[in-house]
Amino acid sequence: MIYILCLIFFMVGLYGVLVKKNIIKIVLGLIIMEYAVNLFLIMLGYREGGVAPIISEGDSITEFIKHSVDPLPQALVLTSIVIGLGVIALMVAICIRLYEKYGTFDITEMRRLKG
Amino acid sequence: MEIIFVLLLLMIIGSIVALETKDLLAAVISVGAVGLILSVTFLFLAAPDIAIVQIVVEVLVLVILIRATISRDTTAVSGDREFFGMAVSIVLLVVIVIFGIRVFSDIPQFGKPIIALFRDAPSNTYISRGLKDTGAANIVTSVILDYRAYDTLGEATVLFTAILGALAILRSKARKKLKGK
Amino acid sequence: MVGMTLIVKTVARWVKSFIFLYGIYITLYGHLTPGGGFAGGVIVACSFILLILAFGKEKALKRISKALASELDSIGALMFLIIALLGIFAGGTFFINFIQKNAPGQDFHLLSAGTIILSNIAIAVKVGSSLFMVFVILAVLRVVKKGDKLEMIQTNMRGEE
Repeated sequence: MIYILCLIFFMVGLYGVLVKKNIIKIVLGLIIMEYAVNLFLIMLGYREGGVAPIISEGDSITEFIKHSVDPLPQALVLTSIVIGLGVIALMVAICIRLYEKYGTFDITEMRRLKG
Repeated sequence: MEIIFVLLLLMIIGSIVALETKDLLAAVISVGAVGLILSVTFLFLAAPDIAIVQIVVEVLVLVILIRATISRDTTAVSGDREFFGMAVSIVLLVVIVIFGIRVFSDIPQFGKPIIALFRDAPSNTYISRGLKDTGAANIVTSVILDYRAYDTLGEATVLFTAILGALAILRSKARKKLKGK
Repeated sequence: MVGMTLIVKTVARWVKSFIFLYGIYITLYGHLTPGGGFAGGVIVACSFILLILAFGKEKALKRISKALASELDSIGALMFLIIALLGIFAGGTFFINFIQKNAPGQDFHLLSAGTIILSNIAIAVKVGSSLFMVFVILAVLRVVKKGDKLEMIQTNMRGEE
């Protein structure tokens, strides 16, 4: 059930990318899609009543193994978030260039981009 | 469990507001609010590493978007694309949701991850032997910088390329020189 | 007056060094507590970005110029690669944790995880300098109308030329 809510969250972002005319709104839609995917991956590794995968001094390892959440998706999402930041910077740079060239953020008026 | 439902609903509402509002500044700030709620959600899902990175990156994204895109002479763009394309895309979204519900009934339930179901999942090795192998108490750090350091190397390469691309796109000196010729 | 009002400048002057220190702490203790190279690097970049937003571009670029940021970016990436390559000579495998294997430190102490702490520092340098650079490039540009043509110009933080 909670995964389906996550899917709807993703779909809101995809709707923005497909339907909106303003190029900044499209960038925002892509950011929302990235959030949804990151959240879904972290949810896949969550264990009911789990603790964070960090051992404190004095913890017993056997208890920790029984209760820790999955560290693998967390490690992958950590890199994904930073890559997302770089990609957003690149997208914003392209948007500024397009604004300089065409004087508008409206993608239907950027005629030479039409397929 | 219930708190995650509530936070997810808040995030969906926030993103709808961000996409449907007319004011670009309000839209950018709504996405910032969604990111901050996402950071809180990561804390409830027992991922403090991700929460720290998410909250810091969110602040940076917000500042970049506001400083770089919201200039005073930006013309407001409203309305959607033409009707036919919009109808097709909404049908596409509905189809994806229907298939997604079918797919999500097959994956493990929320709260029962793969490491609890299979004893020989790779994450179990990381959890049980991480401290002895690498000496790092934070298992996430031991995964990204020791067991799977190739991922981090690739990530550094991708970030380097993205920043290089942004710099190359925005450089104005070379273009002027080219125009002069 | 370049930059924001006096209140913002005063608060930024007090807070900036604490943010910088927190970034270094997050980086160094990444193997014991939540955090690590990515978060630490972004926080260090944020302290310089606060400097830009409060005082204007010149004051921040006096401390760390664009060329220095570009060099630090490359140095961070090279440091990470050299740490990985040292593994071949010391332990036989790319990316092996050779310090922990030969001379393990005491668990739960700062000098404990071998190459992980060095890699954290390298990644923090790389991420911090590259994000600072991209912010400088993105935030000081503004598109203006010159005649009938649009042009990009460099401005200070209040939008004046």
